[in-house]
Amino acid sequence: MTVALERPAQTQSSQSAAYANGTGSFAIEAGGMGVYYGNFCAVRDVDMRVPTNKITAIIGPSGCGKSTVLRCFNRMNDLINSARIEGEVLFQGQNIYDDSVDPVEVRRRIGMVFQKANPFPKTIYENVAWGTRINGFRGDMDEMVEKALRSAALWDEVKDKLQQSALGLSGGQQQRLCIARAIAVEPEIILMDEPASALDPIATLRIEDLMKELSEKYTIIVVTHNMQQAARISDFTAFFSVDEYRTGNLIEFDETEKIFTNPSQKSTEDYITGRFG
Amino acid sequence: MALDQRQTATQPAGGLMPSGPAYREQVVTRQRRGRRWAIIFQAAMLSGIIALCALLFNILNQSFGYVAIINNIDPAELAIDGVPLDELTKDQLVGILEANVSAGLMRRYEHDMPFAQRTSENVHELILERVVEPQVQATWGLFESVFARGSVFAEAEERFPGSDVYFRSWLTTSFISKSQSSEPLRAGVRTAIFGSLWVVAITILFSFPIGVGAAIYLEEYAHKERLINRLIQTNINNLAGVPSIIYGMLGLAIFVRILEVFTSGAFLGIGDQSTANGRTIISAGLTLGLLILPLIIINGQEAIRAVPNSLRQAGFGLGATHWQVIWHHVLPSAMPGILTGTILAISRAIGETAPLVVVGASTFIALDPSGPFSKFTVLPIQIYQWTSRPQDEFRNLAAAAILVLLVLLLTMNASAVLLRNHFDRGQANA
Amino acid sequence: MGPKSRVSACKKETGRWQKAGEEAARNWELLTANRGESLGLRPATQTFAGLPAEVTKEQGEIMTQSAPVAEAAISAESMRGPVAGAESTGETVLGGGPKYDLRRRPRVAESLIQGFLFLCGAISILTTLGIVYVLGRESLLFFANEEVNLLKFFGGTEWQPAISRFGIWPLVTATLMASLIAMAVALPMGLCIAIYLSEYAGQRTRSVLKPILEVLAGIPTVVYGYFALTFMTPFLRGILGRDIVEIYNTASAGIVIGILVIPLVSSMSEDALSAVPGSLRQASYGLGATRLETAVRIVLPAALSGVAAAFIVAISRAIGETMIVAIAAGAGPNFTFSPFRAAETMTGHIVRISGGDLSYDSIDYNSIFAIGLLLFLMTLSLNILSQWIVRRFREEYE
Ligand SMILES: Nc1ncnc2c1ncn2[C@@H]1O[C@H](COP(=O)(O)OP(=O)(O)O)[C@@H](O)[C@H]1O
Ligand SMILES: [Mg+2]
Repeated sequence: MTVALERPAQTQSSQSAAYANGTGSFAIEAGGMGVYYGNFCAVRDVDMRVPTNKITAIIGPSGCGKSTVLRCFNRMNDLINSARIEGEVLFQGQNIYDDSVDPVEVRRRIGMVFQKANPFPKTIYENVAWGTRINGFRGDMDEMVEKALRSAALWDEVKDKLQQSALGLSGGQQQRLCIARAIAVEPEIILMDEPASALDPIATLRIEDLMKELSEKYTIIVVTHNMQQAARISDFTAFFSVDEYRTGNLIEFDETEKIFTNPSQKSTEDYITGRFG
Repeated sequence: MALDQRQTATQPAGGLMPSGPAYREQVVTRQRRGRRWAIIFQAAMLSGIIALCALLFNILNQSFGYVAIINNIDPAELAIDGVPLDELTKDQLVGILEANVSAGLMRRYEHDMPFAQRTSENVHELILERVVEPQVQATWGLFESVFARGSVFAEAEERFPGSDVYFRSWLTTSFISKSQSSEPLRAGVRTAIFGSLWVVAITILFSFPIGVGAAIYLEEYAHKERLINRLIQTNINNLAGVPSIIYGMLGLAIFVRILEVFTSGAFLGIGDQSTANGRTIISAGLTLGLLILPLIIINGQEAIRAVPNSLRQAGFGLGATHWQVIWHHVLPSAMPGILTGTILAISRAIGETAPLVVVGASTFIALDPSGPFSKFTVLPIQIYQWTSRPQDEFRNLAAAAILVLLVLLLTMNASAVLLRNHFDRGQANA
Repeated sequence: MGPKSRVSACKKETGRWQKAGEEAARNWELLTANRGESLGLRPATQTFAGLPAEVTKEQGEIMTQSAPVAEAAISAESMRGPVAGAESTGETVLGGGPKYDLRRRPRVAESLIQGFLFLCGAISILTTLGIVYVLGRESLLFFANEEVNLLKFFGGTEWQPAISRFGIWPLVTATLMASLIAMAVALPMGLCIAIYLSEYAGQRTRSVLKPILEVLAGIPTVVYGYFALTFMTPFLRGILGRDIVEIYNTASAGIVIGILVIPLVSSMSEDALSAVPGSLRQASYGLGATRLETAVRIVLPAALSGVAAAFIVAISRAIGETMIVAIAAGAGPNFTFSPFRAAETMTGHIVRISGGDLSYDSIDYNSIFAIGLLLFLMTLSLNILSQWIVRRFREEYE
């Protein structure tokens, strides 16, 4: 608590003031969130309210806990045995870390796209269909697959080879397939961990365009190490940094324009302008 | 050592290290030593291969070769009007049989199966068994038979005058299709093959699901810090090193004795209640199942561990439950590895002998096993028993049975290797 | 933003959240009604819907006890707004009026499956317990006989069940002798093969030779037994003379056991050697060492723990080996130190006795379990020792 006070409250609440008191709503609200891997505190005291149907970028130096924070938002950290989470993360007002909450249910509502495309070693069709099937979808599967692939701007490229292995697609296509797979189960939020970092610039551009389109219907939180990318696509930006114990914390969270033009923190400015470290 | 001496002996002025001609000489010595040892290492490898060759040669050598046989009645004498025995009709054969054996024996044959129903091959066999009565006098190995034919015939002539010497393959189709017999010329491994198949079937049914289940538990569910899970893991590693004969004793005490009601089939009222005991196929199968369980688990764990984590994350990220992720993604990806390991474990089970001797394989059964509650014998047991007989001809039978066993194992191992290669190629494409 | 405005912001927030909470409560009623569940299940939702503002404040204070000034505490809370509000209910499940029911549902199938899988793992423990129970119980029965006691068992040099002599030594010496001969064959050969494969052979050669060793490892032991009796024994008798070498003898059994465990030694040692980082080899070559010097003085010491573990596992395997000795070493315990005479090992004895007509609870029956227990303890301690060596010295080169 005292630590939280030392940090100027202004920076975060200005975002709240600018947004929250208006008509906007929040998709994810993290309060006092911290993550430990064993005894190592990877992230500490994150208070962050992510607006609905916007793209929020998380930037920061490597190792500052961006992926860790992202994983907290849909309980993927549960899968790491040593990980322990404190504080709370509210999704539609429910603390997803409450004992009564089912992580499986959470992940169905809050989808995830990973740094390296990880299609299942199945057909393209099956990759999209599988998630919906296990979640009890009983409708017209062909239609559903087509819809998801169209939303991921992949349909035209794969419509003739739906029954081929997804592993035969290019890296960019695989990543869009992973996005299609994620939106097929109709989540509220899509978490993306450096989704374009393994792709060439053209494939990256397509992913970025896709994210813009998707943000009309979904809340997107994207981790990126590429500041231009954050500036290009996001509405809000959260800047994380590490302290002397290598523990990550949220330095500044505001509208992207403000972060990149007029950051209120010195360290943010240093990082943005490349004077970091 | 030599290196040190030389260093002190040839120290040039100024530097401490040897140089010049002295150094060159030293290098030459060192490299000579290196070459010598390289040859030794190669020789070790070579002798390993030689040992394998000797083993295979020995078995082939014993499986084929000349035999000296003396017949009670020469088959040629039984020929009717110049038609040899093999080509006679069934009625003629029955006639020969009637003329040469007692009426009582004929009645017994008639009782076992009426002659009207018997095939002519069957009657022919009875004639060989009861009338011709061939007796093996001596056997020779393949090597001698091929390279020292002359001396084989000379020896046979001298020691067994009047004997019939011919080249015999102990491994024949009838060796595989006939059941056990105390007559080496008519013995076969059919019962043993069926026994092996039955036992292995039980072993697979028991150990595959349990082994894979345990592997999944240990890799996917178990928290490594929990004492119970560490205990299970250490325990499995240790069980893999327990001598197989100890499993036999476990099987004897638990399956054969304590669980006799179940393993003898008595609880189902199957079989002859007066003679039924726990020394049955199911006891043997379960014993071998316990024996290979650690192997299957350890292999399965490796295969599951090799499944990339990204696949699991992808599944979880879509809101799949843990079991859905395992069943739909982890297991299919790990299956080739699991199957390879399982096949290797099963080929171990097929070759196991000691535990089954202890569990109580039957020494002599001529009837095919009829189910899990039958008495049993298996191929390795058969080999063991024939090997333990002092007569040469049983050694030949054992060698032929070994060939059958090795072919069986080779097919299994080859399929495991193919599976693994196929899997590796699949990975490379991915 | 001063402290005051923050407080008002907080109130505004709380109001919004309360409204949402009421809505949520209605949703909940609908939901539970649909499912036919009792409303009493979730009383907290009801409380929240009508939550007075004081509770929020009270809760806020409780939460920030550590903060020195109350006002400061409130301002900290206001940053988190909704979080505090939700917390104050104590039950956050429906606090924000969610569209979705995220509650943990009982997944019976999942739990059943997990339970079943755990049982699968636990069977291994049961196996061990079974082994210990069976061997222990029967051994106790054996030592309960008046003709037997521990002293005679471990002190006697005669094993003649027919005349109630139960001294374990003839069996142990035969076992040790066969194992010793086996190790004399397998250790040097296995190590040389491992060094050859790991340090000398090229990729192609290795890919041809390793399967050959695997074949050698895959041959059933009964076949090795046959080999010992029909090849190795005549071979030894041919070389050393028929008078010296008996038809059944520990030497040929031991040599063949050695051949049997060569693949084990070589593959485990090779794994250890190959695991030594290439940088060490390069460093050694860089100093002008020959291939032999690199292999024997750098790589081998670096892999020593793995090689030692391989040796110990091989010994344990040789001691437990059964069929080779049962076929080739002879029947009938014989207290001798000559490797060319017939002698029965522990395993060989167990197989011979249990292969005959054995009546339960006879002293013969019990005696083989006592031998089995000793065998089990010997091999187990060797295996544990090898695991310990691997664990203890592993970090060194990682
Ligand atoms: N599974 C893990 N176990 C232990 N430490 C981890 C694990 N994952 C990440 N960390 C540590 O947590 C910190 C933050 O990691 P991460 O969230 O991956 O950073 P980023 O994505 O910003 O590069 C790093 O110091 C990293 O070493
Ligand atoms: Mg990262």
